[in-house]
Amino acid sequence: MKILVCMSVVPDTTAKITFTDNNTQFNAQGVQFIINPYDELSLTKALELTEKNGGTVTVATVGMADTDAVIRKALAIGANDAIRINAEPKDGQYVAEQLAAIIKDNGYDMVLTGRESIDYNGGQVCSLLGALLSWPSVNVCTQIDVQDGQAIFERDIDGGRQSVSSSLPVVASAQKDLCEPRIPNMKGIMAARTKPLQVLEAIATEACSTYSLFESPQAKQAVRLIDANQAGQLIDILRNEAKIIA
Amino acid sequence: MTGIYAENSEGIFKKSVLEAASYASKIQNGPVTAICVGKPNQDEVEKLSKYGVNKLIVIEGLETFDSQTYSNAISKVITELGIQTLVIANTYEAKSIAPRIAVGIHASLATNVIAYPDTSNGFTVKRGVFSGKGFAYVKLEKSNKIVAITPNSTDLIENQQSISVETKSADASSIATHITSTSKSAGKIPLTEAEIVVSAGRGMKGPENWVMVEELADLLGAATACSKPVSDMGWRPHNEHVGQTGITIKPNLYIAIGISGAIQHLAGVSSSKVIVAINKDPEAPFFKAADYGIVGDAFEILPQLIQAVKNH
Repeated sequence: MKILVCMSVVPDTTAKITFTDNNTQFNAQGVQFIINPYDELSLTKALELTEKNGGTVTVATVGMADTDAVIRKALAIGANDAIRINAEPKDGQYVAEQLAAIIKDNGYDMVLTGRESIDYNGGQVCSLLGALLSWPSVNVCTQIDVQDGQAIFERDIDGGRQSVSSSLPVVASAQKDLCEPRIPNMKGIMAARTKPLQVLEAIATEACSTYSLFESPQAKQAVRLIDANQAGQLIDILRNEAKIIA
Repeated sequence: MTGIYAENSEGIFKKSVLEAASYASKIQNGPVTAICVGKPNQDEVEKLSKYGVNKLIVIEGLETFDSQTYSNAISKVITELGIQTLVIANTYEAKSIAPRIAVGIHASLATNVIAYPDTSNGFTVKRGVFSGKGFAYVKLEKSNKIVAITPNSTDLIENQQSISVETKSADASSIATHITSTSKSAGKIPLTEAEIVVSAGRGMKGPENWVMVEELADLLGAATACSKPVSDMGWRPHNEHVGQTGITIKPNLYIAIGISGAIQHLAGVSSSKVIVAINKDPEAPFFKAADYGIVGDAFEILPQLIQAVKNH
């Protein structure tokens, strides 16, 4: 099996998010970057599938040279090789068009993404790739397997779960519960240094969206404390003052 | 021209669909067209007409959900009708078809949208980014646009129309995915659409103690949620995990019991209109993010809350 894992490089989940240049830019200063947690699940699942069925795992990202350290981590976890498309990831549609260009006609059986990136939360790339490649796409998967040339999924739906099968090639996105992410070991870290990382130039695309301004959530007023021995008062307050419950 | 995709949940249009209809008719400043797949119940059609829809296109012939065939059929209808701006509720179904429709009709797509667009200079929407830690204003550049709005972000606006229904048939011959089974948690309120959420964390000490959490939630008509450690330990299913790597929600009321309020958790819930934190530790970070707080033991406070709701 030939699997491509699409990876976003995102701020660490514990990072404090601030903006600079009059709130027109994300402030990356002092922020540690990681593999998008959902993409890390995709990567681990891809490794499990190729360990079982044979094959190779390639990771691909759209980003500048400063993402290379995070790409090496993906190689240390076990990907065979990596592709970096040398461009700023403008938006989900831009990223998908770049990725589609390297997937097309390159013989992949399966492409995996995360459910969404934890920075821009678009959740678009999986289905965009499906459309751009004319492949089936299955979102928010909690199980992915391949049997007798068919892909088998379990996915989250609104208010439940669903089992789905699909022909190959197929693109799917990872949801929490898909697998336990792997931590790179010393052997993996050493091997990652010499694994191929191919840098490709971006293709020209039509502009889809422009980010102009960012905003931080408004700070809350000081909390109003209610006596633990009179906890029932909370319900009265929510009902009569906040008018938030019936 | 503005239209909506009306997700049909076994014949029912959920509140998020009515929010999409309200949003669309507000930006259109007039009645809008809705597209759905499969025949809805008659009284549900009337519901749509109450929120500004004067025409419903029902696509027939697609028996089961497949993102590719659904999107192709919807894109075809959008093109035939000349819809330029499509509004859709940002559910799991939307996430699997909106991007495909965007490719199909050459549209700019914005998901997680939480407010009406600013059309003074193009079409700029406000969307949630950084998993609740920020917002971004993004201008959609293409003439065709798809706006996926977060449930519970915008108002229901009554705007009664008389509605006509038209049926179109779609081609289901090329379906590549097959649904082999579906399980739905019957009667439960989906977390992303719930107006009240009762959530609990490690302070509950074990899964067996969720009986109280669930009782309070049932009494309030709320959905239940949990923190990441609780779902990691398997005390609760992962689809209840709210936070940066779980689900981002924005209910009217979020009650957090025995959750310390780590930054990753707050990210997923900070857009809630009113937040209540209940924690033994007066230094718990959640108290800085909450509107109301009770410092104390969940096992003593929950019974009081349950009793207070019952007394009403």
